[in-house]
Amino acid sequence: MTASPVQRDLRISKARNKNEWLWAYLLIAPTIIGLGALNVYPFFDSLYTSLLKSQGLGPTKFIGLQNYAKMFGSAEIWRTTLNTLWYVVLTVPVGVFLALVLAALLNTKIRGRDLYRGIYFLPMVVAPAAIAMVWRWIFNAENGILNQALLMLGIVGPKWLSDPNTALAACAAVGVWSSVGYDLVLILAGLQSISSTYYEASEIDGANWAQQFFRITVPLISPTLFFVILMRMMNSIKQFDTIFMLVKPENPAFKSTATLMVIFFREAFEKFNKGYASAVVVWSMVIIGAITAVQFVAEKKLVYYE
Amino acid sequence: MERGPINHAAGGRKRGAPAARKARAVHAVLIAGAVLMIFPFVWMILTSFKSIGESVQIPPTFLPNTWLMDGYREVTRVLPFGKLYFNTLALIFFRIVCAVVFSSMAGFAFAKLQFPLKRLLFFLVLSQLMLPIQIFIIPQYVMLSKLKQLNTLFALVFPGLVSAFGTFFLRQFYLSLPNDLSEAAKLDGCNIGQTFLRILFPLTRTALMALGVFTAVFAYSDMMWPLIVNMNIDKMTLSAGINSLRGQFTTQYPTIMAGSTLAMAPMMVIYLLFQRQFIEGIALTGTKA
Repeated sequence: MTASPVQRDLRISKARNKNEWLWAYLLIAPTIIGLGALNVYPFFDSLYTSLLKSQGLGPTKFIGLQNYAKMFGSAEIWRTTLNTLWYVVLTVPVGVFLALVLAALLNTKIRGRDLYRGIYFLPMVVAPAAIAMVWRWIFNAENGILNQALLMLGIVGPKWLSDPNTALAACAAVGVWSSVGYDLVLILAGLQSISSTYYEASEIDGANWAQQFFRITVPLISPTLFFVILMRMMNSIKQFDTIFMLVKPENPAFKSTATLMVIFFREAFEKFNKGYASAVVVWSMVIIGAITAVQFVAEKKLVYYE
Repeated sequence: MERGPINHAAGGRKRGAPAARKARAVHAVLIAGAVLMIFPFVWMILTSFKSIGESVQIPPTFLPNTWLMDGYREVTRVLPFGKLYFNTLALIFFRIVCAVVFSSMAGFAFAKLQFPLKRLLFFLVLSQLMLPIQIFIIPQYVMLSKLKQLNTLFALVFPGLVSAFGTFFLRQFYLSLPNDLSEAAKLDGCNIGQTFLRILFPLTRTALMALGVFTAVFAYSDMMWPLIVNMNIDKMTLSAGINSLRGQFTTQYPTIMAGSTLAMAPMMVIYLLFQRQFIEGIALTGTKA
């Protein structure tokens, strides 16, 4: 009765707020509960498991940092880490560069643009398992089509996938072949959002193709490029299926191709060393975190935002 | 002044020739690349129709001498392809439904509503995106085995019950929708639920298509998770299923290629039919995220 209009408005807006909160919590509930059960709890559980001796079905025992001590004391983890980083070096620069060049070529009024784009994207819609099967066949040392073709040129090809010197590079080639179309699609979408007035103006100023590419295209595409490189690096560090399918443990080149995720999988689900495997995955996370941090520092220096 | 147009025409012709040459060079590069991209698939399919003897013949034949179905007969004998197709389709279907429904709800709430702890809860979504999924895998596996749910369809769908990516992606999309819409709806007497379902949700069709394509492509190609939770061949997906061919048929390449062809066929057909939606969907998920 004595409530002033202001107080009444406040009361109404408070009720409205409560109503809004209720709706919000209702709507996010499935996602938040799901993330809690599927991600938050497992994250901490993995950290904790890395401190346990947990083998097979036997009882678990808290052993502090012993898994880490064992891991960092083994030659395997360093070799695997190096393999993983090598794989990143072999795939990311080449893959992103090829995607950028192809996208630049397609970002013109060229005929058949959608067809080309569709073809380059093909490997993305094929399961890596099937892709790995056909590449194993192509790379086959005796009967594979690649070495047969080389033989016609008078070259005796290496045993691509079972020679420790070539196996990781062969895996990287398959990796680049698989992902170039995906990166191309993202970069092309970025290129298409660049206003054509920049190119028209520079043409009037007499800029050639290379100048346009490095002075206009690269700076304006740098946010997309940054995203693509970041995503590609993450995926390369986490590389599992292609290498897992191409090189089996009995292959003489296994040691020189096994990445962190390959030994994580073996330790966790073939040897059932859950504790040790958790230590491996925590180590992988640290590496990913470090590389991400470096990239974000680089982003501030190199990426140009309009 | 009179010579102007003539000069221009001459210059145009001179410029025309190099432009055509440039276009030809660009096509040459693109075609060479396209051949490299397609060849493995062509080789897979051609090999699948050859006899084992012909497949290892030196020098190799390109087209099969006679088109044989032996590889297909053999591979469908050892692998239950009907079940593999069904499991893969069911996995993709449920993952898309979960991603679309739950992420739409959460994406709308994070974009358009104000509520306590919003930032903290959204940070939870983002942190899931930043972490490698492998850090969740062992505990997820242990949970399923405690629930006695290994070797089930539920196990396949499990990690995709909610989608942090979908939530983030759709939130970005809802943010781009003007607030006038929801305010007009409020004036017309819609409550928040009605505003979401009737006004804004229908406007996200493009984004939902994109999320669907993205979810399908990654569910289809995922191999580690199906290999871990479903050892039983009847409960495997195509990806995990053809992995088991490798041990059995180390040198019978026509059989392995027939299996691979069958595994890639369904998605390939869908892709050929909906190529534009696929590519634009992927481009959208990439540029918004």
